[in-house]
Amino acid sequence: MSRIKELQKNLFGGTTSNARQFGMIFTLVAIILFFQFKTGGLTLQSGNLIALTQQYAYISVLSIGMLMVIVAGHIDLSVGSVAAFVGIVVAKTVTEHNLPWPLGVVLGLVVGALIGAWQGFWVAYVGIPAFIVTLAGMLLFRGGNQYIGNADTVPVPKGFTEIGAGYLPEVGPDTGYNNLTLLLGLLACVAVVWRELRARQVRTQMQGAEPAPMWIAVLRMVVMIAVIVFVTLRFAGGRVGTSFPISGIILAVLVLVYSFYTRNTAGGRHIYAVGGNARAAELSGVKLRRVNFFVMMNMSVLAALAGMIFVARSAASGPQDGLSWELDAIAAVFIGGAAVSGGLGTVGGSIVGGLVMAVLNNGLQLTGTGSDMVQIIKGLFLLGAVALDVYNKKQGRFSIIGSLTRSNRSRHEAADSASTESNVVKQPAARS
Amino acid sequence: MSTAPPLLEMRSITKTFPGVKALSDVQLTVRDGEIHAICGENGAGKSTLMKVLSGVYPYGSYDGSIIYRGNEAKFSDIRASEQAGIVIIHQELALVPGMSITENIFLGNEPRRFGRIDWKAANSKALELMSMVGLKEDPDTLIKDIGVGKQQLVEIAKAFAKDVQLLILDEPTAALNENDSQHLLDLLRGFRKRGITSIMISHKLNEIEAIADSITILRDGKTIETIDVKGEGADEDRIVRGMVGRDLGSRFPDHEPNIGEVFFEVRNWTVRHPISADRLVCKNSSFTVRRGEIVGFAGLMGAGRTELAMSLFGRSYGVYESGQIFKDGKEIQLKTVSDAIANGLAYVSEDRKAVGLNLLDDIKTSVVAAKLSKITHNGVLDEAAEYREAEAYRKSLRIKTPTVDEGVTKLSGGNQQKVVLAKWMFTDPDLLILDEPTRGIDVGAKYEIYGIIQELASEGRGVVVISSELPELIGLCDRIYTVFEGAITGEIMRRDADPETLMKQMTSTKKLATS
Repeated sequence: MSRIKELQKNLFGGTTSNARQFGMIFTLVAIILFFQFKTGGLTLQSGNLIALTQQYAYISVLSIGMLMVIVAGHIDLSVGSVAAFVGIVVAKTVTEHNLPWPLGVVLGLVVGALIGAWQGFWVAYVGIPAFIVTLAGMLLFRGGNQYIGNADTVPVPKGFTEIGAGYLPEVGPDTGYNNLTLLLGLLACVAVVWRELRARQVRTQMQGAEPAPMWIAVLRMVVMIAVIVFVTLRFAGGRVGTSFPISGIILAVLVLVYSFYTRNTAGGRHIYAVGGNARAAELSGVKLRRVNFFVMMNMSVLAALAGMIFVARSAASGPQDGLSWELDAIAAVFIGGAAVSGGLGTVGGSIVGGLVMAVLNNGLQLTGTGSDMVQIIKGLFLLGAVALDVYNKKQGRFSIIGSLTRSNRSRHEAADSASTESNVVKQPAARS
Repeated sequence: MSTAPPLLEMRSITKTFPGVKALSDVQLTVRDGEIHAICGENGAGKSTLMKVLSGVYPYGSYDGSIIYRGNEAKFSDIRASEQAGIVIIHQELALVPGMSITENIFLGNEPRRFGRIDWKAANSKALELMSMVGLKEDPDTLIKDIGVGKQQLVEIAKAFAKDVQLLILDEPTAALNENDSQHLLDLLRGFRKRGITSIMISHKLNEIEAIADSITILRDGKTIETIDVKGEGADEDRIVRGMVGRDLGSRFPDHEPNIGEVFFEVRNWTVRHPISADRLVCKNSSFTVRRGEIVGFAGLMGAGRTELAMSLFGRSYGVYESGQIFKDGKEIQLKTVSDAIANGLAYVSEDRKAVGLNLLDDIKTSVVAAKLSKITHNGVLDEAAEYREAEAYRKSLRIKTPTVDEGVTKLSGGNQQKVVLAKWMFTDPDLLILDEPTRGIDVGAKYEIYGIIQELASEGRGVVVISSELPELIGLCDRIYTVFEGAITGEIMRRDADPETLMKQMTSTKKLATS
């Protein structure tokens, strides 16, 4: 048991929230292999992978923002409606008022920021629970979409569709593959190696911290590079004219930027601090309102972007855009290891969670499963994933609800606090 | 006095929690129709004893016996004790703010007719009960719309709705102002005339003197003595001695104070309660701290020490009314916690689990949490620096853990407290305010924490220690302020400090002249 734990720690890093991701990556691999077998190799074909990326890029963009919202201890139900609202605004101005499409994208992001500021204001400065504010926003902006678009479909011009349906262009000599996609794959390989070496370097700078054995680092690099090479060749070697989608590139850039922000900056750490214990964060100098405002605003900006990617992919904005996207995004975040009560979760985990749902959905469709069964299976899967987490917590891992009731009790029973204290301390020790 | 058998006799009550003996061989005899006061320091076992009596700790979970009205009582829960006519009113009122007075009085005890709540009967009964306790309000008024004093009366009315024979009040006047307290005491006198027996837990010696027929003193979970007021008279000195008298011993590391000039001063600090705006939690408080000095704040629970500290620390509690803060001779404004940290203040809260730590964090993230700017370059966290800093504190404070990657929940109370101290030492403060720094920590770890506090003072920082344990304050502090009902009532130098003097000033508004 301890051997496996050791390996887990070495391969995925030592912190608590990573244990779930570890499990999720294996689940993802298992589901892919299962459907690859079931569909007779259809799942991992170039065409399917490209379609999968285009179909789920916008959900994953949402789940990045949703992760930060959930880590801070909130929820955002309005993302689908916000996406639809921004989509129709941009489509109208670009098509009917002849705004150049790049300016249209900028306009969309600004509208998203304004909507986010509106919702952030109510959540952070007035103190209304985000659930209520965004439930109102869900109705408000869905209605706004239909009001502006007359509940009608508005097409978008050719250039605009690139961000949702476009591919990397063909350049350079004819290699039989898309050259830019190959280049991208190469860059990813270099980045993996660089990151691994850098992590080792940081680790050795910490006195007393043992870096993981070299063979593990090499193994990890080899596995990751193998995956990257395989995926690159698939994306680069599809039907002529297709390659790695532009929406996939947008997503990849966002994942890198937001992973870095949440892990390696003070601002990111403040979000975790607020979600973990808002009062403690406040008493440590974290500006609670600013953090809450930021996560809500950021979410709407990303929702705006997701909405535009979707409009671009379907070449038109309609009144049904973005229906129940919030549920997909929230599910991805929780499957990816975030805690319902906030303070835990990673961007990477949410992307993996989103991939699990996407592959599940895609695989079920490929095998001809009806949409009734697809929903039933997805629902059970979400419940199972979170139930497993709750079960894990009961097995001696940390549980927020448990700690809260404990501290409450000790406050009331001042005389007994010493005893509750020693109880609390003894339990984890006895288990490990 | 009389030879009538007592109403209640608790014989040799012993209650143990894992590792701690909360009550040991406690005796309590309450005569029929008297007001019996129980006093003792925080943690002396008063509340535990009342919980044994009222069935919160059921029969079988303690040793000893309870004789009530001549028979042994074996209460299995609160309901059982209430059926016997014993009703306890806790310090934290058990009322539902959004419900009316009537609804609260009959909550869980609703008068029914054919299975439906009979509101007509309830309302008229409520009016009757309210007049008994002297509460003049519309019974439909919501609890949140009446003051704490009246809420207290609703609680008592609720007790009468259950046909009370023995009323237990835990710190009934702690949250009340002078008038409401007086009214409550008059009410208890009225009950006594009607033959209702009361047990009152209180810190306020003047009230006890004024009303009690007998006084039982508890200390460290043991009965010290029971005083019959009518026979012997209530001697305040005797009560105080009984409450605090214990050996100081050498529970403190040696420390040679090196005290400099005054560098931190608070003048006329006044703060309102966050919800009831007519209550002042800090009344015109002024105090000073010198470099290298350990200053204690003594006071009973609810005296307003934590409120004072938190309101100074970036106005984290209550509504600021007036007052100034000076540091190194210049007035400073601390409107937010970041202001306070930037000006070299640190506040270690009394409840490290609820507000001191993020329990999801590991040790290293906790240590750097209050001053991330020290380990960021151009906005990017330097993880190696974070690890090094945490590792340095692990060594210097002897935090017992294999690595600083460990989650803080895995640590014992003493080691968690060291992490919190490290977190605030990391901000390099000039003034540290430590609120109950050794609460819930075993003796060995306490000694270490005292050493750290003394070390901080030796480095020329000012340290303010808020503590409910008088021996701790006397052993550790160079100077001690006493706080009572939000006001600073005294200032005592270490050489003059003894538990009796402190306790006297902690329990009365009379300001004694000591230098």
